[in-house]
Amino acid sequence: MNLLDTILVGIKEVWAHKFRSMLTMLGIILGVSSLVAMSALVKGMENGMKEALVAMGGLEKVRVEAQDDLPAHQKHLTDQAPGLLMRDIYALQSGAPLVKNITPIVEQHGYRSRINITYQNKRARPWRIYGTWPGILDLEDHRVEHGRMFNEIDNEMARSVCVIGVELRNDLFGDPEKTGKEIIPVGKVIQINGQPFTIVGMFEHYMTEKERKEKELARLEALKNPQAQVGVIRDKGRSGSGPSGYVFRLKNNSVFIPLQTMMIQFRAAAGVDETADPKLSGIYMKVKDIGVLETALQQIRNVLQVSHNGIEDWTFRTEEDLADGIQLTISNFRMSGVIIAAIALVVGGIGIMNIMLASISERVREIGIRKAVGATTTDIFIQIIMESLVIALMGGAMGLAVSIALVQSITAFTPNENNPVITLQAMVFAFGCSAMVGMVAGMIPAFRASKLHPIQALKYD
Amino acid sequence: MALIELRDIKKFYHLGGETIRALDGVSLDVQAGDFTSIIGPSGSGKSTLMHILGCLDTPTSGSMRLDGMDIHDATPRQLARVRGKKIGFVFQFFNLLPKLNVAQNVELPLIYQGTSGRSRKEKAMQALQLVGLHDRAGHRPSQLSGGQQQRVAIARALVNDPRIIFADEPTGNLDTHTGEMILETFCKLHQEGRTIILVTHDPEIAALTPQKIEIRDGKIAQNVDAKLAGKESRFKLSTSSH
Repeated sequence: MNLLDTILVGIKEVWAHKFRSMLTMLGIILGVSSLVAMSALVKGMENGMKEALVAMGGLEKVRVEAQDDLPAHQKHLTDQAPGLLMRDIYALQSGAPLVKNITPIVEQHGYRSRINITYQNKRARPWRIYGTWPGILDLEDHRVEHGRMFNEIDNEMARSVCVIGVELRNDLFGDPEKTGKEIIPVGKVIQINGQPFTIVGMFEHYMTEKERKEKELARLEALKNPQAQVGVIRDKGRSGSGPSGYVFRLKNNSVFIPLQTMMIQFRAAAGVDETADPKLSGIYMKVKDIGVLETALQQIRNVLQVSHNGIEDWTFRTEEDLADGIQLTISNFRMSGVIIAAIALVVGGIGIMNIMLASISERVREIGIRKAVGATTTDIFIQIIMESLVIALMGGAMGLAVSIALVQSITAFTPNENNPVITLQAMVFAFGCSAMVGMVAGMIPAFRASKLHPIQALKYD
Repeated sequence: MALIELRDIKKFYHLGGETIRALDGVSLDVQAGDFTSIIGPSGSGKSTLMHILGCLDTPTSGSMRLDGMDIHDATPRQLARVRGKKIGFVFQFFNLLPKLNVAQNVELPLIYQGTSGRSRKEKAMQALQLVGLHDRAGHRPSQLSGGQQQRVAIARALVNDPRIIFADEPTGNLDTHTGEMILETFCKLHQEGRTIILVTHDPEIAALTPQKIEIRDGKIAQNVDAKLAGKESRFKLSTSSH
């Protein structure tokens, strides 16, 4: 018996019991669609997190941050801890050749430190205000769209200049999406906690890949029928939500000023003895090559051990920690998805086995007839396996269709930056799984059917 | 050489610790072209004999050759091949597959021979023509009368051009008139030179066939019953076979 005939017989048999076959397929449909949908969700999450990782400056970025809590064995040295100082910068510049772009940061938390920015009668509160060197642009993956970044001279002379994120512009000068015209605030003077600062530059609008696409789409639509929307795009609220969107929002709500300016304007009278507090919040730098990350970290450690007299009042933050976290989260999600899908597929397989057993026990006579006219044990075995396979593969194909619909409705109902992405790989894998389930589930019924003795089968009513 | 040679065939069943001797030393020859009836009351072992002759079952002991091939120690796979190539069955209850149409039912044996789709259809139509049902090829078995269904079954038995045709009580489920038509078909096939073995419990049907074998208690009765030998058949066939 050739394979095509066997497949045709299988399809006919499934077609003859449409409703029953459909119910049987349900398990496989659920299994396959959940497998594909889960993998799409995980993939989307992975993409979103990777995007955020790049937006934070990539894997090469190393942050040294001040740490108030010393390790247990150094607790008694707390009052001798020097903290991160400018001298650490110079020490690293000369003592750690594997890192570059060593940049000091003094960071003020907009809400905790109650920092107000005002322009005329408008008021805004930045998420962060940084006093730093221009090198921060590369470290934080910032891009100045209008105006310029402050430079070394601005820093040396402690000029009152600042570069702001787009959302602060929106708060102070109006959102172009609402007002319909874009104001570029370069040259305008704003008050940061009452002190005048000239805006010399504004960053581009940072957004996730998804927001970018939506914007582009809206723009194209507006071009198509200009009467409907005259430049005003509907208000989508603040950009970004969820864990990776946070990074983009943070960047859009930041203010950057020169380090010296920060020290003089915001630190001068801060210390208890009325001397300036010279401590940095952190030192950011980049490893020259990701391959030597461990060695570079050791270099930094050695330098800081010396300049801090061995007191560990600082700590490393590498994006690799974050990347590992991302990997862990993703593999956890993936694992739970695979488990759910596997359970559904096993249940589906049991359903197929059940229905095939029922089907052969009502077709004992048919099997007897087929054997009497020359069907071998193998012919019958293959026929039953094929029927089971046909059910499983049809279920698998429908499952793929359902998964596409499922993912699209997930995207439509819960828009966030982690757009699920269906990969061909996942679809092929899920379809393969359904085929395997069909084969395995058909095994026992097929074996039973093929072992029927023709005479007993013919006598059976 | 005889088409079928049976030598001292025994078939025992074990049922609840008791051995049932369904066949107890049967030897017989069937020549090509014979039209033989196997007759005996129910429980005599005639069905068992037919199953062994038809390669549906294997004997407990004894030897059997069919068309020059040893059957008694053949594997189930070899038996299936022999059934598919050399044997056609006609059953009392027609045994057509209700989900297939007439032509597909007739094609069934060819599917397992690996015959290609087109030549399958041709051969099936030829076989249906032989039994005069080629105009019903698209019907379902349930749309046909009992006699027509049995003729479809005969077409199915003929389609792979077998060396021998077995008919197990082919008229048992039909009224007398329809039964006559079916028997007439068999006689016609015999005249065309086919080898037919017909199992029946009805002496009047057995009287139609040139060769007769009577089974009693698992053995071949030495003398065919006198009343059977001289029996005039009540069937009036237009094509008498003797």
